[in-house]
Amino acid sequence: MTITEKILAAHAGRKEVEPGEFIEAKADLLLANDITGPLAIKELGDDKVFDPERIALVPDHFTPNKDAKSAEQCRILKEFAKKHRIKHYFEVGRMGIEHALLPEKGLVQPGELIIGADSHTCTYGALGAFASGVGSTDLAACMLSGRIWLKVPESIKLIYYGKLKKWVTGKDLILYTIGDLGVDGANYKAMEFHGEVISQLSMDGRFTMANMAVEAGAKNGIFQPDEITLNYVQQQSPLSADRQEYTSYKSDEDATYAEIREYDCSKIKPQVALPPLPSNTKPVAEAGDINIDQAVIGSCTNGRMEDLRLAAQVLRGHKIHPYVRLIIIPATQKIYLQALQEGLIEIFIEAGAVVTTPTCGPCLGGHMGVLAEGEKAIATTNRNFTGRMGHPRSEVYLANPAVAAASALKGRITHP
Amino acid sequence: MQGRVWKFGDNVNTDEIIPASYLNTTDPEVLARHCLEGIDEDFPKKVSEGDIIVAGRNFGCGSSREHAPLAIKGAGISCLIAESFARIFYRNSINIGLPILECPQAARGIKEGDLVEVDLPSGKIKDLNSDGVWASQPFPEFMQKIIASGGLMNYVRKK
Repeated sequence: MTITEKILAAHAGRKEVEPGEFIEAKADLLLANDITGPLAIKELGDDKVFDPERIALVPDHFTPNKDAKSAEQCRILKEFAKKHRIKHYFEVGRMGIEHALLPEKGLVQPGELIIGADSHTCTYGALGAFASGVGSTDLAACMLSGRIWLKVPESIKLIYYGKLKKWVTGKDLILYTIGDLGVDGANYKAMEFHGEVISQLSMDGRFTMANMAVEAGAKNGIFQPDEITLNYVQQQSPLSADRQEYTSYKSDEDATYAEIREYDCSKIKPQVALPPLPSNTKPVAEAGDINIDQAVIGSCTNGRMEDLRLAAQVLRGHKIHPYVRLIIIPATQKIYLQALQEGLIEIFIEAGAVVTTPTCGPCLGGHMGVLAEGEKAIATTNRNFTGRMGHPRSEVYLANPAVAAASALKGRITHP
Repeated sequence: MQGRVWKFGDNVNTDEIIPASYLNTTDPEVLARHCLEGIDEDFPKKVSEGDIIVAGRNFGCGSSREHAPLAIKGAGISCLIAESFARIFYRNSINIGLPILECPQAARGIKEGDLVEVDLPSGKIKDLNSDGVWASQPFPEFMQKIIASGGLMNYVRKK
Protein backbone atom coordinates (compact mmCIF):
# COMPACT_ATOMS: atom_id res chain seq x y z
CA MET A 1 0.00 0.00 0.00
CA THR A 2 0.97 3.63 -0.42
CA ILE A 3 1.28 6.00 2.54
CA THR A 4 -2.09 7.51 1.59
CA GLU A 5 -3.78 4.08 1.52
CA LYS A 6 -2.22 3.15 4.87
CA ILE A 7 -3.46 6.30 6.61
CA LEU A 8 -6.94 5.88 5.14
CA ALA A 9 -7.07 2.20 6.13
CA ALA A 10 -6.04 3.02 9.69
CA HIS A 11 -8.74 5.69 9.97
CA ALA A 12 -11.41 3.44 8.49
CA GLY A 13 -10.58 0.66 10.97
CA ARG A 14 -9.38 -1.59 8.16
CA LYS A 15 -6.26 -3.58 7.44
CA GLU A 16 -6.24 -2.66 3.77
CA VAL A 17 -7.97 -0.39 1.32
CA GLU A 18 -7.81 -0.21 -2.47
CA PRO A 19 -8.05 2.77 -4.81
CA GLY A 20 -11.64 3.35 -5.96
CA GLU A 21 -13.19 2.00 -2.76
CA PHE A 22 -15.57 4.19 -0.77
CA ILE A 23 -14.73 4.32 2.92
CA GLU A 24 -15.94 6.13 5.97
CA ALA A 25 -12.97 7.44 7.89
CA LYS A 26 -12.47 9.03 11.30
CA ALA A 27 -11.04 12.55 11.21
CA ASP A 28 -8.39 13.69 13.68
CA LEU A 29 -8.88 17.41 13.12
CA LEU A 30 -11.39 19.59 11.28
CA LEU A 31 -10.80 23.11 10.05
CA ALA A 32 -12.97 25.98 8.86
CA ASN A 33 -12.38 29.68 8.22
CA ASP A 34 -14.45 32.87 8.05
CA ILE A 35 -15.63 32.08 4.49
CA THR A 36 -16.49 28.38 4.80
CA GLY A 37 -17.26 28.22 8.54
CA PRO A 38 -20.51 30.25 8.62
CA LEU A 39 -22.04 28.07 5.86
CA ALA A 40 -21.09 24.91 7.76
CA ILE A 41 -22.52 26.39 10.97
CA LYS A 42 -25.79 27.12 9.16
CA GLU A 43 -25.93 23.50 7.96
CA LEU A 44 -25.20 22.14 11.44
CA GLY A 45 -28.15 24.03 12.91
CA ASP A 46 -28.77 23.25 16.58
CA ASP A 47 -26.82 19.99 16.58
CA LYS A 48 -23.81 19.46 18.80
CA VAL A 49 -20.29 18.96 17.47
CA PHE A 50 -18.70 15.52 17.92
CA ASP A 51 -15.65 16.82 19.78
CA PRO A 52 -14.89 20.51 20.49
CA GLU A 53 -11.19 19.68 20.92
CA ARG A 54 -10.84 18.44 17.35
CA ILE A 55 -12.10 21.50 15.54
CA ALA A 56 -10.00 24.53 14.57
CA LEU A 57 -11.66 27.78 13.51
CA VAL A 58 -9.42 30.39 11.91
CA PRO A 59 -10.82 33.72 10.73
CA ASP A 60 -8.11 34.50 8.20
CA HIS A 61 -9.58 35.28 4.78
CA PHE A 62 -11.22 38.71 5.12
CA THR A 63 -9.65 39.63 8.47
CA PRO A 64 -9.05 42.05 10.05
CA ASN A 65 -12.67 42.47 8.95
CA LYS A 66 -12.76 44.20 5.59
CA ASP A 67 -16.39 45.35 5.77
CA ALA A 68 -19.53 44.97 7.87
CA LYS A 69 -20.71 41.84 6.05
CA SER A 70 -17.36 40.11 6.59
CA ALA A 71 -17.45 41.20 10.22
CA GLU A 72 -20.81 39.45 10.49
CA GLN A 73 -19.32 36.20 9.14
CA CYS A 74 -16.52 36.40 11.72
CA ARG A 75 -19.05 37.12 14.46
CA ILE A 76 -20.95 33.94 13.52
CA LEU A 77 -17.68 32.00 13.75
CA LYS A 78 -16.80 33.45 17.16
CA GLU A 79 -20.29 32.95 18.63
CA PHE A 80 -20.21 29.34 17.48
CA ALA A 81 -16.77 28.84 19.03
CA LYS A 82 -18.02 30.23 22.34
CA LYS A 83 -21.26 28.26 22.34
CA HIS A 84 -19.62 24.94 21.51
CA ARG A 85 -16.44 25.61 23.53
CA ILE A 86 -14.28 25.01 20.45
CA LYS A 87 -10.77 24.64 21.80
CA HIS A 88 -8.81 25.89 18.83
CA TYR A 89 -10.38 29.21 17.94
CA PHE A 90 -7.83 31.81 16.90
CA GLU A 91 -8.86 35.44 17.20
CA VAL A 92 -7.20 38.23 15.19
CA GLY A 93 -3.91 38.98 16.89
CA ARG A 94 -3.30 35.33 17.67
CA MET A 95 -4.34 33.86 14.35
CA GLY A 96 -2.40 33.40 11.17
CA ILE A 97 -3.11 32.00 7.74
CA GLU A 98 -4.69 28.67 8.65
CA HIS A 99 -2.34 26.36 6.77
CA ALA A 100 0.75 28.00 8.26
CA LEU A 101 -0.85 28.30 11.69
CA LEU A 102 -2.07 24.76 12.40
CA PRO A 103 1.30 23.02 11.86
CA GLU A 104 3.02 25.80 13.84
CA LYS A 105 0.60 25.19 16.74
CA GLY A 106 1.35 21.49 16.70
CA LEU A 107 -2.19 20.66 15.61
CA VAL A 108 -1.15 18.38 12.76
CA GLN A 109 0.91 15.23 13.26
CA PRO A 110 2.26 12.63 10.85
CA GLY A 111 -0.18 9.85 10.04
CA GLU A 112 -3.28 11.89 10.93
CA LEU A 113 -6.36 12.52 8.83
CA ILE A 114 -7.22 16.19 8.53
CA ILE A 115 -10.32 17.54 6.83
CA GLY A 116 -10.61 21.25 6.16
CA ALA A 117 -13.19 23.42 4.50
CA ASP A 118 -10.52 25.06 2.38
CA SER A 119 -8.99 23.65 -0.77
CA HIS A 120 -5.42 24.24 0.45
CA THR A 121 -5.91 21.92 3.42
CA CYS A 122 -3.70 19.56 1.41
CA THR A 123 -0.74 21.59 2.80
CA TYR A 124 -0.49 19.28 5.84
CA GLY A 125 0.54 16.40 3.62
CA ALA A 126 4.02 17.90 4.06
CA LEU A 127 4.00 16.35 7.54
CA GLY A 128 3.04 12.90 6.29
CA ALA A 129 -0.65 13.35 7.14
CA PHE A 130 -3.59 12.71 4.84
CA ALA A 131 -5.15 16.14 4.47
CA SER A 132 -7.85 17.10 2.02
CA GLY A 133 -10.09 20.07 1.31
CA VAL A 134 -13.88 19.84 1.26
CA GLY A 135 -16.82 22.23 1.17
CA SER A 136 -18.95 23.52 4.02
CA THR A 137 -21.64 20.80 4.03
CA ASP A 138 -19.04 18.04 4.13
CA LEU A 139 -17.42 19.84 7.04
CA ALA A 140 -20.75 20.27 8.83
CA ALA A 141 -21.47 16.53 8.49
CA CYS A 142 -17.99 15.83 9.81
CA MET A 143 -18.43 18.23 12.75
CA LEU A 144 -21.56 16.26 13.63
CA SER A 145 -20.20 12.74 13.25
CA GLY A 146 -16.41 13.02 13.32
CA ARG A 147 -16.40 10.95 10.15
CA ILE A 148 -16.06 11.61 6.44
CA TRP A 149 -16.83 9.54 3.34
CA LEU A 150 -13.91 9.30 0.96
CA LYS A 151 -13.07 7.50 -2.23
CA VAL A 152 -9.61 5.99 -1.84
CA PRO A 153 -7.48 7.81 -4.43
CA GLU A 154 -4.96 6.30 -6.79
CA SER A 155 -1.48 7.74 -6.22
CA ILE A 156 0.98 9.38 -8.58
CA LYS A 157 4.62 8.98 -7.55
CA LEU A 158 6.77 12.01 -8.34
CA ILE A 159 10.52 11.58 -8.05
CA TYR A 160 12.86 14.58 -7.97
CA TYR A 161 16.57 13.98 -8.51
CA GLY A 162 19.67 16.02 -9.35
CA LYS A 163 20.90 19.24 -7.79
CA LEU A 164 18.79 22.38 -7.37
CA LYS A 165 20.03 25.45 -9.24
CA LYS A 166 20.44 28.74 -7.36
CA TRP A 167 17.09 30.48 -6.67
CA VAL A 168 15.13 27.29 -7.36
CA THR A 169 12.76 26.48 -4.49
CA GLY A 170 9.91 24.13 -3.61
CA LYS A 171 7.64 26.63 -5.37
CA ASP A 172 9.48 26.16 -8.64
CA LEU A 173 9.37 22.37 -8.33
CA ILE A 174 5.63 22.35 -7.77
CA LEU A 175 4.93 24.93 -10.51
CA TYR A 176 7.03 22.85 -12.89
CA THR A 177 5.15 19.70 -11.85
CA ILE A 178 1.73 21.35 -12.32
CA GLY A 179 2.92 22.57 -15.72
CA ASP A 180 3.78 18.97 -16.56
CA LEU A 181 0.62 17.33 -15.14
CA GLY A 182 -1.88 20.04 -16.07
CA VAL A 183 -4.54 21.57 -13.82
CA ASP A 184 -6.56 18.35 -13.77
CA GLY A 185 -3.66 15.93 -14.25
CA ALA A 186 -4.02 14.62 -10.71
CA ASN A 187 -7.81 15.04 -10.34
CA TYR A 188 -9.12 12.66 -7.63
CA LYS A 189 -5.57 11.35 -7.09
CA ALA A 190 -2.85 11.56 -4.44
CA MET A 191 0.47 13.19 -5.35
CA GLU A 192 3.32 11.49 -3.49
CA PHE A 193 6.64 13.36 -3.45
CA HIS A 194 9.92 11.41 -3.44
CA GLY A 195 13.59 11.62 -4.36
CA GLU A 196 16.96 12.93 -3.20
CA VAL A 197 15.93 16.55 -3.73
CA ILE A 198 12.82 16.06 -1.58
CA SER A 199 14.77 14.43 1.25
CA GLN A 200 16.93 17.57 1.44
CA LEU A 201 14.06 20.02 1.12
CA SER A 202 13.16 22.06 4.23
CA MET A 203 9.75 21.80 5.87
CA ASP A 204 8.84 25.25 4.49
CA GLY A 205 9.63 24.04 0.97
CA ARG A 206 7.57 20.90 1.52
CA PHE A 207 4.59 22.89 2.82
CA THR A 208 4.72 24.98 -0.38
CA MET A 209 4.72 21.89 -2.58
CA ALA A 210 1.95 20.02 -0.74
CA ASN A 211 -0.08 23.25 -0.67
CA MET A 212 -0.31 23.44 -4.44
CA ALA A 213 -1.18 19.76 -5.05
CA VAL A 214 -4.80 20.89 -5.41
CA GLU A 215 -3.78 23.09 -8.36
CA ALA A 216 -3.19 19.86 -10.29
CA GLY A 217 -6.60 18.70 -9.05
CA ALA A 218 -5.19 16.32 -6.44
CA LYS A 219 -7.14 15.08 -3.46
CA ASN A 220 -3.99 15.25 -1.35
CA GLY A 221 -0.26 15.76 -1.65
CA ILE A 222 1.98 13.78 0.67
CA PHE A 223 5.58 13.40 1.83
CA GLN A 224 6.91 10.44 3.81
CA PRO A 225 7.99 11.60 7.27
CA ASP A 226 11.77 11.67 7.77
CA GLU A 227 14.22 13.26 10.19
CA ILE A 228 13.36 16.78 8.94
CA THR A 229 9.64 16.13 9.56
CA LEU A 230 10.18 14.66 13.03
CA ASN A 231 12.50 17.51 14.08
CA TYR A 232 9.84 19.99 12.98
CA VAL A 233 7.05 18.19 14.83
CA GLN A 234 9.08 18.02 18.05
CA GLN A 235 9.87 21.72 17.95
CA GLN A 236 6.32 22.89 17.56
CA SER A 237 4.38 24.57 20.31
CA PRO A 238 2.96 22.75 23.37
CA LEU A 239 -0.62 22.52 22.06
CA SER A 240 0.39 19.15 20.65
CA ALA A 241 0.55 17.72 24.18
CA ASP A 242 -3.19 16.99 24.08
CA ARG A 243 -2.88 14.81 21.00
CA GLN A 244 -2.20 11.13 20.88
CA GLU A 245 1.15 9.83 19.75
CA TYR A 246 1.60 9.85 16.02
CA THR A 247 2.48 7.17 13.49
CA SER A 248 4.91 7.69 10.64
CA TYR A 249 3.75 5.75 7.59
CA LYS A 250 5.82 4.89 4.54
CA SER A 251 4.75 3.49 1.19
CA ASP A 252 5.61 -0.17 0.62
CA GLU A 253 8.29 -1.03 -1.94
CA ASP A 254 5.65 -2.85 -3.98
CA ALA A 255 2.93 -0.19 -3.66
CA THR A 256 0.88 0.36 -6.81
CA TYR A 257 0.90 3.72 -8.56
CA ALA A 258 -1.33 5.07 -11.32
CA GLU A 259 1.74 6.76 -12.73
CA ILE A 260 5.38 7.48 -11.89
CA ARG A 261 7.13 10.61 -13.14
CA GLU A 262 10.74 11.62 -12.64
CA TYR A 263 12.17 15.12 -12.78
CA ASP A 264 15.82 16.07 -13.24
CA CYS A 265 15.94 19.12 -10.99
CA SER A 266 19.31 20.31 -12.31
CA LYS A 267 17.39 21.30 -15.46
CA ILE A 268 14.61 23.19 -13.66
CA LYS A 269 14.95 26.99 -13.64
CA PRO A 270 12.95 29.47 -11.53
CA GLN A 271 9.39 29.26 -12.85
CA VAL A 272 6.56 31.68 -13.47
CA ALA A 273 2.95 30.65 -14.09
CA LEU A 274 1.31 33.00 -16.56
CA PRO A 275 -2.41 33.79 -16.30
CA PRO A 276 -4.98 32.31 -16.29
CA LEU A 277 -3.86 28.86 -15.03
CA PRO A 278 -1.22 27.63 -12.56
CA SER A 279 -0.20 25.06 -15.20
CA ASN A 280 0.77 27.80 -17.64
CA THR A 281 4.39 27.69 -16.53
CA LYS A 282 7.64 28.88 -18.11
CA PRO A 283 11.16 29.63 -16.92
CA VAL A 284 11.17 33.25 -15.67
CA ALA A 285 13.73 34.19 -18.32
CA GLU A 286 11.27 33.16 -21.07
CA ALA A 287 8.26 35.00 -19.66
CA GLY A 288 8.82 38.01 -21.91
CA ASP A 289 8.65 41.67 -21.04
CA ILE A 290 5.94 41.98 -18.41
CA ASN A 291 5.63 45.19 -16.42
CA ILE A 292 4.01 44.84 -13.01
CA ASP A 293 1.99 47.15 -10.76
CA GLN A 294 2.10 45.01 -7.66
CA ALA A 295 4.05 42.20 -6.04
CA VAL A 296 2.68 40.06 -3.20
CA ILE A 297 4.90 37.92 -1.00
CA GLY A 298 2.88 35.81 1.43
CA SER A 299 -0.11 33.42 1.55
CA CYS A 300 -0.52 29.82 2.74
CA THR A 301 1.84 28.92 -0.09
CA ASN A 302 4.82 31.20 0.56
CA GLY A 303 4.46 33.29 3.72
CA ARG A 304 6.81 31.34 5.98
CA MET A 305 10.24 32.23 7.47
CA GLU A 306 12.27 30.77 4.64
CA ASP A 307 10.19 32.74 2.12
CA LEU A 308 10.68 36.02 3.98
CA ARG A 309 14.42 35.39 4.35
CA LEU A 310 14.69 34.74 0.62
CA ALA A 311 12.82 37.96 -0.17
CA ALA A 312 15.04 39.91 2.24
CA GLN A 313 18.16 38.50 0.62
CA VAL A 314 17.07 40.03 -2.71
CA LEU A 315 15.68 43.29 -1.30
CA ARG A 316 18.46 44.17 1.17
CA GLY A 317 19.89 47.59 0.37
CA HIS A 318 17.74 48.12 -2.73
CA LYS A 319 14.70 50.26 -3.51
CA ILE A 320 11.45 49.05 -5.01
CA HIS A 321 10.52 50.45 -8.42
CA PRO A 322 8.70 53.79 -7.96
CA TYR A 323 5.45 52.56 -9.58
CA VAL A 324 5.28 49.15 -7.90
CA ARG A 325 3.54 48.24 -4.63
CA LEU A 326 5.26 45.39 -2.79
CA ILE A 327 2.99 43.84 -0.16
CA ILE A 328 4.62 41.40 2.25
CA ILE A 329 2.42 39.28 4.48
CA PRO A 330 4.03 37.12 7.17
CA ALA A 331 1.70 34.11 7.42
CA THR A 332 1.42 34.02 11.21
CA GLN A 333 2.07 36.29 14.20
CA LYS A 334 4.96 34.03 15.24
CA ILE A 335 6.56 34.38 11.80
CA TYR A 336 5.94 38.16 11.90
CA LEU A 337 7.70 38.41 15.27
CA GLN A 338 10.61 36.27 14.17
CA ALA A 339 11.00 38.33 10.99
CA LEU A 340 11.07 41.43 13.17
CA GLN A 341 13.72 39.94 15.48
CA GLU A 342 15.86 38.86 12.51
CA GLY A 343 15.71 42.39 11.08
CA LEU A 344 13.80 41.35 7.96
CA ILE A 345 10.92 43.78 8.54
CA GLU A 346 13.41 46.65 8.59
CA ILE A 347 14.89 45.50 5.29
CA PHE A 348 11.40 45.37 3.75
CA ILE A 349 10.38 48.82 4.96
CA GLU A 350 13.73 50.37 3.98
CA ALA A 351 13.21 48.93 0.49
CA GLY A 352 9.81 50.58 0.26
CA ALA A 353 7.55 47.56 0.86
CA VAL A 354 4.47 47.45 3.02
CA VAL A 355 4.29 44.73 5.68
CA THR A 356 0.83 43.65 6.78
CA THR A 357 -0.85 41.58 9.44
CA PRO A 358 -1.40 37.91 8.56
CA THR A 359 -4.36 37.54 6.17
CA CYS A 360 -5.31 35.70 2.98
CA GLY A 361 -6.44 39.16 1.79
CA PRO A 362 -5.11 39.86 -1.70
CA CYS A 363 -4.55 36.22 -2.75
CA LEU A 364 -8.26 35.83 -3.41
CA GLY A 365 -8.95 39.47 -4.23
CA GLY A 366 -10.42 40.05 -0.79
CA HIS A 367 -8.65 43.12 0.56
CA MET A 368 -5.20 44.58 1.36
CA GLY A 369 -4.05 44.68 -2.24
CA VAL A 370 -6.84 44.23 -4.79
CA LEU A 371 -5.97 44.93 -8.45
CA ALA A 372 -7.57 47.55 -10.73
CA GLU A 373 -8.62 46.92 -14.34
CA GLY A 374 -5.59 46.16 -16.49
CA GLU A 375 -3.16 45.89 -13.57
CA LYS A 376 -0.62 43.09 -13.32
CA ALA A 377 0.79 41.47 -10.22
CA ILE A 378 3.49 38.94 -9.53
CA ALA A 379 2.59 36.89 -6.47
CA THR A 380 3.93 34.01 -4.42
CA THR A 381 0.32 32.85 -4.01
CA ASN A 382 -1.27 29.78 -5.55
CA ARG A 383 -3.84 30.82 -8.17
CA ASN A 384 -3.72 33.08 -11.20
CA PHE A 385 -7.28 32.53 -12.44
CA THR A 386 -9.02 35.35 -14.29
CA GLY A 387 -9.98 38.04 -11.78
CA ARG A 388 -8.51 36.14 -8.82
CA MET A 389 -6.84 39.21 -7.27
CA GLY A 390 -9.42 41.80 -8.21
CA HIS A 391 -10.81 43.18 -11.46
CA PRO A 392 -11.74 40.53 -14.07
CA ARG A 393 -9.31 42.22 -16.45
CA SER A 394 -6.34 42.19 -14.09
CA GLU A 395 -3.60 39.56 -14.22
CA VAL A 396 -1.67 37.45 -11.71
CA TYR A 397 1.69 35.77 -12.36
CA LEU A 398 2.84 33.13 -9.86
CA ALA A 399 6.45 32.76 -8.76
CA ASN A 400 8.75 32.15 -5.79
CA PRO A 401 9.59 34.91 -3.25
CA ALA A 402 13.01 35.71 -4.77
CA VAL A 403 11.50 36.22 -8.24
CA ALA A 404 8.67 38.32 -6.79
CA ALA A 405 11.14 40.48 -4.84
CA ALA A 406 13.49 40.94 -7.81
CA SER A 407 10.52 41.84 -10.03
CA ALA A 408 9.35 44.44 -7.50
CA LEU A 409 12.77 46.10 -7.71
CA LYS A 410 12.87 46.14 -11.52
CA GLY A 411 9.18 46.86 -12.12
CA ARG A 412 8.94 43.91 -14.48
CA ILE A 413 9.09 40.16 -14.15
CA THR A 414 12.72 39.25 -13.79
CA HIS A 415 15.11 36.55 -12.61
CA PRO A 416 16.76 37.36 -9.25
CA MET B 1 -36.26 17.53 -16.58
CA GLN B 2 -35.82 19.69 -19.64
CA GLY B 3 -33.80 22.84 -20.06
CA ARG B 4 -32.14 25.26 -22.45
CA VAL B 5 -28.32 24.91 -22.58
CA TRP B 6 -25.60 27.41 -21.72
CA LYS B 7 -22.16 26.20 -22.78
CA PHE B 8 -18.85 26.84 -21.04
CA GLY B 9 -15.29 25.74 -21.80
CA ASP B 10 -12.58 23.90 -19.84
CA ASN B 11 -11.32 24.70 -16.34
CA VAL B 12 -14.14 27.02 -15.27
CA ASN B 13 -12.95 27.87 -11.75
CA THR B 14 -14.84 28.85 -8.62
CA ASP B 15 -13.39 32.40 -8.73
CA GLU B 16 -15.17 32.84 -12.06
CA ILE B 17 -18.36 31.18 -10.81
CA ILE B 18 -18.55 33.44 -7.78
CA PRO B 19 -15.79 36.05 -7.29
CA ALA B 20 -14.40 36.24 -3.76
CA SER B 21 -15.73 39.74 -3.22
CA TYR B 22 -19.20 38.18 -2.74
CA LEU B 23 -18.07 35.57 -0.23
CA ASN B 24 -19.07 37.80 2.67
CA THR B 25 -22.59 36.41 2.37
CA THR B 26 -24.09 32.90 2.35
CA ASP B 27 -27.46 33.96 0.89
CA PRO B 28 -28.08 31.91 -2.32
CA GLU B 29 -30.26 34.69 -3.78
CA VAL B 30 -27.49 37.27 -3.47
CA LEU B 31 -24.88 34.79 -4.75
CA ALA B 32 -27.12 33.93 -7.74
CA ARG B 33 -27.10 37.57 -8.85
CA HIS B 34 -23.35 37.21 -9.53
CA CYS B 35 -23.33 33.64 -10.85
CA LEU B 36 -20.57 33.08 -13.45
CA GLU B 37 -20.05 36.84 -13.58
CA GLY B 38 -16.31 36.23 -13.94
CA ILE B 39 -16.89 34.78 -17.43
CA ASP B 40 -20.03 36.54 -18.62
CA GLU B 41 -21.16 39.66 -16.73
CA ASP B 42 -24.70 39.33 -18.13
CA PHE B 43 -25.14 35.64 -17.36
CA PRO B 44 -27.21 36.21 -14.18
CA LYS B 45 -29.67 38.31 -16.26
CA LYS B 46 -29.81 35.88 -19.20
CA VAL B 47 -30.29 32.62 -17.30
CA SER B 48 -33.82 31.26 -16.71
CA GLU B 49 -35.25 28.79 -14.21
CA GLY B 50 -34.60 25.22 -15.35
CA ASP B 51 -31.68 26.00 -17.71
CA ILE B 52 -28.83 23.53 -17.99
CA ILE B 53 -25.08 24.22 -17.97
CA VAL B 54 -22.88 22.09 -20.23
CA ALA B 55 -19.12 22.49 -19.84
CA GLY B 56 -15.75 21.01 -20.72
CA ARG B 57 -13.09 19.49 -18.47
CA ASN B 58 -12.43 20.18 -14.81
CA PHE B 59 -15.51 22.35 -14.14
CA GLY B 60 -15.41 24.00 -10.71
CA CYS B 61 -11.68 23.80 -10.10
CA GLY B 62 -10.01 25.97 -7.47
CA SER B 63 -11.33 27.02 -4.11
CA SER B 64 -13.59 24.83 -1.97
CA ARG B 65 -16.22 27.57 -1.66
CA GLU B 66 -19.65 25.95 -1.59
CA HIS B 67 -20.92 29.38 -2.56
CA ALA B 68 -20.15 28.31 -6.18
CA PRO B 69 -22.71 25.47 -6.53
CA LEU B 70 -25.07 27.52 -4.31
CA ALA B 71 -24.87 30.44 -6.77
CA ILE B 72 -25.54 28.10 -9.71
CA LYS B 73 -28.44 26.41 -7.95
CA GLY B 74 -29.78 29.78 -6.81
CA ALA B 75 -29.71 31.05 -10.40
CA GLY B 76 -32.19 28.32 -11.31
CA ILE B 77 -29.86 25.92 -13.11
CA SER B 78 -31.51 22.50 -12.99
CA CYS B 79 -28.56 20.33 -13.97
CA LEU B 80 -24.84 20.47 -14.75
CA ILE B 81 -23.26 18.29 -17.43
CA ALA B 82 -19.49 18.35 -18.03
CA GLU B 83 -16.66 16.30 -19.47
CA SER B 84 -15.27 16.19 -15.92
CA PHE B 85 -15.61 18.03 -12.62
CA ALA B 86 -13.04 19.12 -10.07
CA ARG B 87 -13.22 16.93 -6.99
CA ILE B 88 -14.39 19.36 -4.30
CA PHE B 89 -16.98 21.00 -6.56
CA TYR B 90 -18.39 17.55 -7.35
CA ARG B 91 -18.79 16.68 -3.67
CA ASN B 92 -20.29 20.08 -2.87
CA SER B 93 -22.90 19.75 -5.62
CA ILE B 94 -24.00 16.29 -4.47
CA ASN B 95 -24.11 17.52 -0.88
CA ILE B 96 -26.40 20.48 -1.63
CA GLY B 97 -28.61 18.55 -4.05
CA LEU B 98 -27.52 20.12 -7.35
CA PRO B 99 -27.81 17.44 -10.08
CA ILE B 100 -24.42 16.93 -11.69
CA LEU B 101 -23.56 14.50 -14.49
CA GLU B 102 -20.18 13.57 -15.90
CA CYS B 103 -20.49 12.64 -19.59
CA PRO B 104 -17.70 13.67 -22.00
CA GLN B 105 -19.62 12.64 -25.15
CA ALA B 106 -22.73 14.63 -24.23
CA ALA B 107 -20.63 17.61 -23.14
CA ARG B 108 -18.95 17.67 -26.55
CA GLY B 109 -22.09 16.90 -28.58
CA ILE B 110 -24.52 19.40 -27.09
CA LYS B 111 -24.58 22.97 -28.49
CA GLU B 112 -25.41 26.27 -26.80
CA GLY B 113 -29.14 26.96 -26.92
CA ASP B 114 -30.15 23.32 -27.49
CA LEU B 115 -33.08 21.95 -25.54
CA VAL B 116 -31.86 19.00 -23.48
CA GLU B 117 -33.79 16.38 -21.55
CA VAL B 118 -32.16 14.65 -18.57
CA ASP B 119 -33.46 11.59 -16.75
CA LEU B 120 -31.55 11.61 -13.48
CA PRO B 121 -32.28 8.10 -12.17
CA SER B 122 -31.01 6.48 -15.36
CA GLY B 123 -28.44 9.14 -16.24
CA LYS B 124 -29.87 9.40 -19.78
CA ILE B 125 -29.21 12.68 -21.59
CA LYS B 126 -31.14 13.57 -24.78
CA ASP B 127 -30.55 16.59 -27.03
CA LEU B 128 -33.98 17.43 -28.46
CA ASN B 129 -32.42 19.59 -31.21
CA SER B 130 -29.92 17.09 -32.57
CA ASP B 131 -31.63 13.92 -31.30
CA GLY B 132 -28.28 12.90 -29.76
CA VAL B 133 -28.66 10.47 -26.87
CA TRP B 134 -25.98 9.69 -24.28
CA ALA B 135 -25.72 7.74 -21.05
CA SER B 136 -23.73 9.21 -18.17
CA GLN B 137 -22.11 7.01 -15.55
CA PRO B 138 -24.68 6.18 -12.87
CA PHE B 139 -23.86 7.42 -9.36
CA PRO B 140 -22.06 4.88 -7.15
CA GLU B 141 -24.42 3.21 -4.68
CA PHE B 142 -22.89 5.11 -1.80
CA MET B 143 -23.76 8.46 -3.37
CA GLN B 144 -27.22 7.32 -4.39
CA LYS B 145 -27.96 6.85 -0.69
CA ILE B 146 -26.89 10.44 0.02
CA ILE B 147 -29.05 11.71 -2.82
CA ALA B 148 -32.03 9.56 -1.75
CA SER B 149 -31.74 10.94 1.80
CA GLY B 150 -32.06 14.48 0.44
CA GLY B 151 -28.46 15.54 0.92
CA LEU B 152 -25.51 14.71 3.14
CA MET B 153 -26.75 16.31 6.38
CA ASN B 154 -29.98 14.30 6.29
CA TYR B 155 -28.02 11.15 5.50
CA VAL B 156 -25.67 11.66 8.45
CA ARG B 157 -28.50 12.65 10.83
CA LYS B 158 -30.48 9.51 9.89
CA LYS B 159 -27.48 7.36 10.72
